[in-house]
Amino acid sequence: MSNAENKTASNSRHRHGPGPGAFEKPKDLKIAVKKMIQYLQHFIPLIIIALVLASLSSVFSIIGPNKLSDLTDKISAGLIINEKNLKLISENITDNLKEENLQELSQHIFNLQLDAEKMREIQLSSEIALEEKIKFREIISATRNNSQELIQKISSLSPSTKNIIFADKTYQDVLITAEDQIKYLDLISTMDSENKSTEMIEKIPASIKKIILPTYKINNKEITTEDKVKFLSTMSGAKDFKNPTKIYKKLDKLPNSIKELIEPNMDFKYIKNLSLFLLILYLISALFNFIQSFIMATVANNFAKELRQKISIKLNKLPLKYFDQNSYGDILSRVTNDVDTIGISMYQSLGSLVGATTLFVGSIIMMFATNWIMAITAILSSLLGFVLMFIILGKSQKYFTARQVELGKLNGHIEEIYSSHNVVKAYNGEKEASEIFDQLNDNVYECNRKSQFLSGLMQPIMAFIGNFSYLAVCIVGALLVMNNNITFGVIVAFMIYVRLFTNPLSQIAQGMTQLQTTAAASERVFEFLEEEEMEDESALTKVLTNQEAKGNIEFSHVKFGYNEDKVVIKDFNCKVKKGQKVAIVGPTGAGKTTMVNLLMKFYNINSGDIKIDGISIKELTRENIHQLFVMVLQDTWLFNGTIRDNIKYNKESVTDEEIWNALETVGVDHFVKTLPNDLDFELSDNEAVSAGQKQLLTIARGMIENAPFLILDEATSSVDTRTEELVQKAMDKLTEGKTSFIIAHRLSTIKNADIILVMKDGNIIEQGNHNELIKKKGFYADLYNSQFES
Amino acid sequence: MFKLLKKFTKKDLLLILFCIVLIVFQVWLDLKLPDYMSEITVLVQTEGSKIEDILLQGSYMLACAGGSLFSAIIVGYLASLISATFSKNIRQKIFEKVESFSMEEIKMFSTSSLITRTTNDITNIQMFISMGLQMMIKAPITACWAILKILNKSWEWSALTGVAVLILIGTVGLLMITVLPKFKIVQKLIDNINELTRENLTGIRVIRAFNAEKYQEEKFEKGNTQLTNTQLFNQKMMSIMSPVMYLIMNLLTLGIYFIGANLISKAIFADKISLFSDMVVFSSYAMQVIMSFLMLAMIFIMYPRAAVSAERMNEVIDTEPKIVDGKGQKNTKTKGKVEFKNVSFKYPDSDEYILKDISFTANMGETIAFIGSTGSGKSTLINLVPRFYDVTEGEVLIDDVNVKDYTLEQLHNKLGYVPQKAVMFNGSIKANVSYGRKGNEKITDKKIKEAIKVAQAEEFVLKIPDQYEHNIAQGGTNVSGGQKQRLAIARAIARDPEIYIFDDSFSALDYKTDYLLRTKLKEYTKNATSLIVAQRIGTIMNADKIIVLEDGNCVGMGTHKELLKNCDVYKEISYSQLSKEELEHE
Repeated sequence: MSNAENKTASNSRHRHGPGPGAFEKPKDLKIAVKKMIQYLQHFIPLIIIALVLASLSSVFSIIGPNKLSDLTDKISAGLIINEKNLKLISENITDNLKEENLQELSQHIFNLQLDAEKMREIQLSSEIALEEKIKFREIISATRNNSQELIQKISSLSPSTKNIIFADKTYQDVLITAEDQIKYLDLISTMDSENKSTEMIEKIPASIKKIILPTYKINNKEITTEDKVKFLSTMSGAKDFKNPTKIYKKLDKLPNSIKELIEPNMDFKYIKNLSLFLLILYLISALFNFIQSFIMATVANNFAKELRQKISIKLNKLPLKYFDQNSYGDILSRVTNDVDTIGISMYQSLGSLVGATTLFVGSIIMMFATNWIMAITAILSSLLGFVLMFIILGKSQKYFTARQVELGKLNGHIEEIYSSHNVVKAYNGEKEASEIFDQLNDNVYECNRKSQFLSGLMQPIMAFIGNFSYLAVCIVGALLVMNNNITFGVIVAFMIYVRLFTNPLSQIAQGMTQLQTTAAASERVFEFLEEEEMEDESALTKVLTNQEAKGNIEFSHVKFGYNEDKVVIKDFNCKVKKGQKVAIVGPTGAGKTTMVNLLMKFYNINSGDIKIDGISIKELTRENIHQLFVMVLQDTWLFNGTIRDNIKYNKESVTDEEIWNALETVGVDHFVKTLPNDLDFELSDNEAVSAGQKQLLTIARGMIENAPFLILDEATSSVDTRTEELVQKAMDKLTEGKTSFIIAHRLSTIKNADIILVMKDGNIIEQGNHNELIKKKGFYADLYNSQFES
Repeated sequence: MFKLLKKFTKKDLLLILFCIVLIVFQVWLDLKLPDYMSEITVLVQTEGSKIEDILLQGSYMLACAGGSLFSAIIVGYLASLISATFSKNIRQKIFEKVESFSMEEIKMFSTSSLITRTTNDITNIQMFISMGLQMMIKAPITACWAILKILNKSWEWSALTGVAVLILIGTVGLLMITVLPKFKIVQKLIDNINELTRENLTGIRVIRAFNAEKYQEEKFEKGNTQLTNTQLFNQKMMSIMSPVMYLIMNLLTLGIYFIGANLISKAIFADKISLFSDMVVFSSYAMQVIMSFLMLAMIFIMYPRAAVSAERMNEVIDTEPKIVDGKGQKNTKTKGKVEFKNVSFKYPDSDEYILKDISFTANMGETIAFIGSTGSGKSTLINLVPRFYDVTEGEVLIDDVNVKDYTLEQLHNKLGYVPQKAVMFNGSIKANVSYGRKGNEKITDKKIKEAIKVAQAEEFVLKIPDQYEHNIAQGGTNVSGGQKQRLAIARAIARDPEIYIFDDSFSALDYKTDYLLRTKLKEYTKNATSLIVAQRIGTIMNADKIIVLEDGNCVGMGTHKELLKNCDVYKEISYSQLSKEELEHE
């Protein structure tokens, strides 16, 4: 049986090819990519723009968080007190309260009147006891030269003595009354030099306070003595204000002057600017992103369109041999599935792949540029995750592919059983079908479960790895900060880099897989586009018009085979004169379409020649030959469209009148008139038009094409007997005046034929008219008799 | 949808409950995580904090992250288990249901629709369940929880987040309104491109013969441009989606920080620190809220498709087959007898009778042929015997027992049915011929070979390298129409039935093979009754009884010769096929 007939007979069902979930590897990635670039040539500038935008947008994604962390820093600066001022203030106060300072000041504070007059007054005083007077004298004499010691000693004297010794004094415009001096002296003497408790300071007379804790000015702000005291009392002792946490707690209670000085200060102008910068950055980034995917959508779709168009044109340039050897489903899936895959992944993955890669590389560079120890920490801590991810990806990919295969098998089985439902029922095959179904269903279930589980793992694992790296960076960072190797800002920056660095990885992995699937798909498409085309005929100049053609055909020593090494027609000679009828007969699969293929120059003969009116078909273009023939085949090829379109087909000058004439000749005019919109009735898979009527319409189409030669396939399977009669009448009309080659099924045709070609196994085994062949008692006679023997 | 979800078993529901608990746990951990993170940040930020403290907080954080991962893995495992089990069960349920259908229900749904319902629709549902199960539970929980956590922080932030969510939902909604209907159009346009290509392929010879290449190319280009433009529109619209999403998230963070800066600067000092940490926490929770709403939006996008699929599956599950087993009848007195008693038939949804008042009897060993034009009711009549349909009126008896009284298996055991379109299964020739079951009988290899020989298939089977073991592709695409038909006949022969039913089963055979086959078959099955529907007079000329049908009526019954004399319809059919001379040659 000939290859050609087998394929035409075979039902080209659309196969369950690998769907979008399946993972396919290209045969040769390099070549596929190279070719892809070749085919994409005039899109390349646009693609480059898009990819540059994608990387820029990624670069912005690196800058963005950096700036955001700046913003955070600035805001958090609003929480930290002005340490410099605090230090100044606290140093000032500490200085004020230093022992040396106090001692020095005490010289200015105390006004001791130890002249002779005062001495005498003391001696004469009746209020002062004798012992006291003696003590006083001793003190004076002992410490005449040491005022410090003197003052100390004096403090132990009785108040009345002191009242006499001390006198009012003005120091730095402050009047220090004797009373105050005495009070102060009493305070210091009870006070341990190390323990200047706040309470004591509070007890110091105001005038002296002013001297000890003078008004202090920083940044033109005065901190008055009272403020200082309040500060000290709030902080409950000088020790406390060295501890920042305590200050934070009490800040709101501090005197205003100090509060204002050390209160955290937010640089609001800077924050505003930074926010504005970020806003613009985000907007630009979003805009770039949008333009990028806008461009990629345009490129991807136009590229897909171009590929489809190329395939459509290619279809018409391929030799018929190609179609006889390849299944329709395969070609079909290249036009739709494969081109779709290419288009979608170009749109979806190319941009994100480049973006993600930029982000990945960019963040690695930034990390190393910032601090290499931290960079290595970040990479090492995510490495485990990456390894895990790739293992899972590989595994799940395996299950995805398996799932696709198993699902294909299962769907195939379902399709098979459903469409054979009557046989399954009639043969009690339900149990068997269910058993196979359960088995396949189980397989799908297993793959489904595993692939889904594994692919579902990716996201949580990535999240965990992100957290883990974050932690690692924090800990290592903290250690480095403690050794003063880095500043805190570095850690913050790394917290962000780690996120940036781990996120794009899954995108890259996905993009790579998709790219491979695309490469595999494009390989198939390009392979098709690069199939060998029919030989070029532009050099052929001879033209035989329909008017010139008489209708003679001569076969001389024709040798032909579908494969070089398997010749089916060995040496065929035959002369067909104008108007003669040639019947081609033979059992199913005898290769009757071979004759059609040769006549129409669908296939080239190996050797010998076929001459139309003396001109070799080798000298005529295919187009010219096709013009000379009317061809009506068994498969009623009608397309979705109106009856008018189907009948006039590609002939534009056909009038409705001519169409009606043709319809009338074949006898379907009445039928067409009963249809809604008659000639404008849309033919589709609807059942309004029966198979026989379709065949009649095909014949009408042949009628319109007025040519000297006719090729007709008489087969009228699945046409009911009444219509068959009509069809046969129409066919007879079609053959009138034409040199006809008829693939004959009717005995009347065969018997009336001028020449009968009997075919078997692709070869023409007998040749002659009915009577001659019957006499010969060969294969034909056998075939003829078998039918009516009983 | 919910109706379909009721198909979950108790065990499934328990697992789902467990999933929910785990997801709540996971959400709790996920929301706890930022707290530890900010603790660590503060610790790192503060001078003089001890590394031990960081490690301690770090270990808490790691425990949180680990716990979240752990429960995510378990949830993932359970979700895949649940959805895979669910789809497996539902697929099995539908498959078995369809198997139990009679022709009537099959016709009601159409085979291709049933195939989609068992394949694509289930895949849709499964995807929805596996993605939806986690998202549908997780998203609302996360959203509510996160909202609760941040609601009392500051109304400015909450308002901002609310606006962001609204914009997000608005964008997604707008896109869905503009793009979703177009997606359906795209599907149609893709079908159109498919159709055009198929047209180009199947008509390649015609196209070339008519020099119509350009015409086809232009037609294709038109479809191609339409598809490209629509698709391009969609993708351009969808291009807005991701930048807008990121923009919303980025701007929300920025907005929260900016508002935060204002709030902090205005606050009294004691509140500042807590405001700051609130701000950091809020921004991370706000992201969670946004993400949850995004997930919810996704569910809303996925839902309509899944709901349609679910609806379509429910239709199948809810349909009860009309033709069911009879009470059963093991032994019958007679063998090979078929009797129609005043049988009328119409499809349940139509008013017109396909068959009207048909009566005849076929006895053991007889051949009864049916002829008539398309639509005359031949195939319908023959389909009443194996109960593909049940009669509307009258009764069909086999071996004097009403077909409705047999179980379907018993009935089918008596029959050898060969359909109009020869059916091949994926498998060896042997498996195809020995297909099906007949009680507990096993069809021997010898029987298979015999059947193939009788069916005139031996010649080509032996030519194939693997012979009887040769694998036939699904749909029998690797054998020709005639070969398929012969194998289908061999299948019936191998069954050794009492009654053969040939529904136009010789159409693809050439005259010679047709003749040889019938002769050999007659010899081989002397005791079997044959019911033959045919188009060719040659095929049925020798039948014991020919029944001529027209528009469902029996317009003639008798032998070839009788009918030639007294039946006009028969004469008409005969003359159209054979010359007078040939007919009388008999």
